[in-house]
Amino acid sequence: MTDLHRLSIRALAEGLRARTFSSRELTRHFLDRIAAHDPALNSFITVTAEQALAQADLADARLTAGNAAALTGIPLAQKDIFCAEGVRTSCASRMLDSFVAPYDATIVRKLHAQDGEGAVMLGKCNMDEFAMGSSNETSWYGPVKNPWDVTRVPGGSSGGSVAAVAAGLAPAATATDTGGSIRQPAALTNLTGIKPTYGRVSRYGMIAFASSLDQAGVVARSAEDSAYVLQAMSGFDPLDSTSIERPVDDYVGGLGRSIKGLRIGLPKEYFAEGLAPSSRELVMAAVRKLEELGAVISEVSLPNSPLSVPTYYVVAPAEASSNLARLDGVRYGHRAEGVKNLEDLYKRSRGEGFGAEVQRRIMIGTYVLSHGYYDAYYLQAQKVRTLIYEDFKRAFKDVDVILGPTATDVAFKLGSKTDDPVSMYLNDIYTIAANLAGIPAMSLPCGFVDGLPVGLQLMGNYFEESRLLNVAHQYQQATVWHTQMPVAFA
Amino acid sequence: MSLTPEQVKQVAHLARLELQPDQVTPYAQQLSNILGMVDQLTAVDTSGVMPMAHPLELTQRLRPDQVTEQNRREAFQAVAPAVEDGLYLVPKVIE
Repeated sequence: MTDLHRLSIRALAEGLRARTFSSRELTRHFLDRIAAHDPALNSFITVTAEQALAQADLADARLTAGNAAALTGIPLAQKDIFCAEGVRTSCASRMLDSFVAPYDATIVRKLHAQDGEGAVMLGKCNMDEFAMGSSNETSWYGPVKNPWDVTRVPGGSSGGSVAAVAAGLAPAATATDTGGSIRQPAALTNLTGIKPTYGRVSRYGMIAFASSLDQAGVVARSAEDSAYVLQAMSGFDPLDSTSIERPVDDYVGGLGRSIKGLRIGLPKEYFAEGLAPSSRELVMAAVRKLEELGAVISEVSLPNSPLSVPTYYVVAPAEASSNLARLDGVRYGHRAEGVKNLEDLYKRSRGEGFGAEVQRRIMIGTYVLSHGYYDAYYLQAQKVRTLIYEDFKRAFKDVDVILGPTATDVAFKLGSKTDDPVSMYLNDIYTIAANLAGIPAMSLPCGFVDGLPVGLQLMGNYFEESRLLNVAHQYQQATVWHTQMPVAFA
Repeated sequence: MSLTPEQVKQVAHLARLELQPDQVTPYAQQLSNILGMVDQLTAVDTSGVMPMAHPLELTQRLRPDQVTEQNRREAFQAVAPAVEDGLYLVPKVIE
C-alpha cells in the first residue's frame, strides 16, 4: 500500500468499497506523508491528525453500512481560508493566528459532515495572507516551496493547497480564486484546478477578500478528480446571498463526451508579448492535440484584456479594505497590548496583525474609495469591468471555449519579486479577466520546461464547468503530462 | 498619480493602520507604482458604459421573515480578546 498517494479519487473510492484498504489506513498514509515531507514544503498551517482519524473511523463505519457518498473516507486538505468549527482558521495572518472558528463554512460541512460526503479533513493549507499574493510568500507562517524545485514559489494564493497535492500529501484540496489563485498555482505545480462560475460554490464561511470576485474551487491531479470534488462542493446555499439557485450539472458523468466539433478560440492578446516562448510552444502543442481530437480552432479577440490587471487593482483592494475593516481587535483576532485608547487599539492591532501586502492593499483600497477619487478610480474601474465582460460575451458567440496560457512563465525563484508589487501583480495577467467577468476557468498541465510545469487555461461561458472539465479530461486521456509527479516526493 | 509620505500617513490613518516610521517611505514608493499602473484606466473611453454591479444581473433574493439564527453568543464571544458579562471590552471612550 505504498502507492496510495498515486491513486485517483475514483480508484480510492473503489478501493474503500472493495475493502482493499480502510479509510483509517488511507488517512494514516497521508498523515505519515505529511509528517515526512511537509517540513520541506511548509504546505500545511495546521494538521488535524486526531480529528482526521476519528472521521476516518466514522467513514469506515459508513462504508461498512453501505450508505457511503462518493467521497466518504477520502482524505482532502482545506485551504486555511475556510472556517472549520473547532479548528484554528488563520487565513495565514497573524491577525487570525488564535482564531478558532465557531462554525463550519458551507463547503466544509458539505465535504466533511456525516450528513454530507463524510470526506476526511487532513488539515488546513498554507496560503498567501488573506489570499493576497501570487507566490505564497506573504503568509505569516512563512513561504510555501514548490515540490518541483524547492527554491521556487508554488504560486499563490493557494500555494499550500497545490504544494500538498502535487507532492502527494493529499489527493485533492480546496482552494479559492479571486484573480487567479487556483489556476496560477495549479499551472506552476502540474495540477488541474478549476474556478467555477461566480455563485456556483457557496462563499459562506470563506473569509472574504474581494466579495464580487472570490470563488471557491478545487485543485487536484486530474480533471476527473476535480470533477468529483467540485460536484460535492457546488450548489445553492441560502446562507450566501450571491449563491445561484440552479441545478448542478453532472460533472463526472459529462467527462466522457467527445469533443469533436468543439469550437476553441485563441485570444490573440494572450499570445502577444510577455508570454515566454517556451510556454507558448507547449500551449500551441496542446492546441494541436485538441485539434487532433476533433476541436475546431480559431482566433478570437478580447481587446480589453490588457486592462484587467489595472481594473483588478482598483476593485479588489477597494473590496478588501471594506471586508478587512471588521478586523479591529475587538470581537476576534489579534489585539495589541497596552493601548492608550480605542483608536490606538484599532490602529496598533491592525498595524501588528496585518503583513505588508495586506496593508498595501488596504491602503490602495482606502485611497481609491476616498472622497474625490471614487469616480476617477472605482467607478471607472467598474465601467472597464463591463467592457471586459462584453469582450467575453462577444467571443462566446463564436466559440465554445477560450484557450490560452495560464501564466507568463514557469515558477520563479523564491524572493525574486517580493520587493516589487507591480511585477508580482503581472503574474495574474491571463487569469484576472475571468474573475472580473465571473465566468468559469481552469488550468491543466501541458508540459515541462527544464523540469518545471507549464499550464494551459480554459475559459468557458457561465455555468459551463461541465464542458471545461470534459475538454480537460479528453485532453488528459490523450496525454500524460498530468500523471507526472516531482521525483523527490514520488 | 504618486503619493507623498504625508499622503500615505493620511491614508493609513483613514484605514486605522499604525505604520512604523521606516515603513512610510517604501510604502509611498510602492503605492505610487501601483497607482501608476492603475492610471492606464483613465485613458479608456467609458462614456455611456454602465458600471458592472453583478455579472449575472441578479437581483437579491427575498426570504420569509422568520428567525433562522440561533443565539450562539457564548461560542462567538469565546474567540474575543476581552469580554465581560456578555459584553465586548474596549478602552474607555467617554471620560
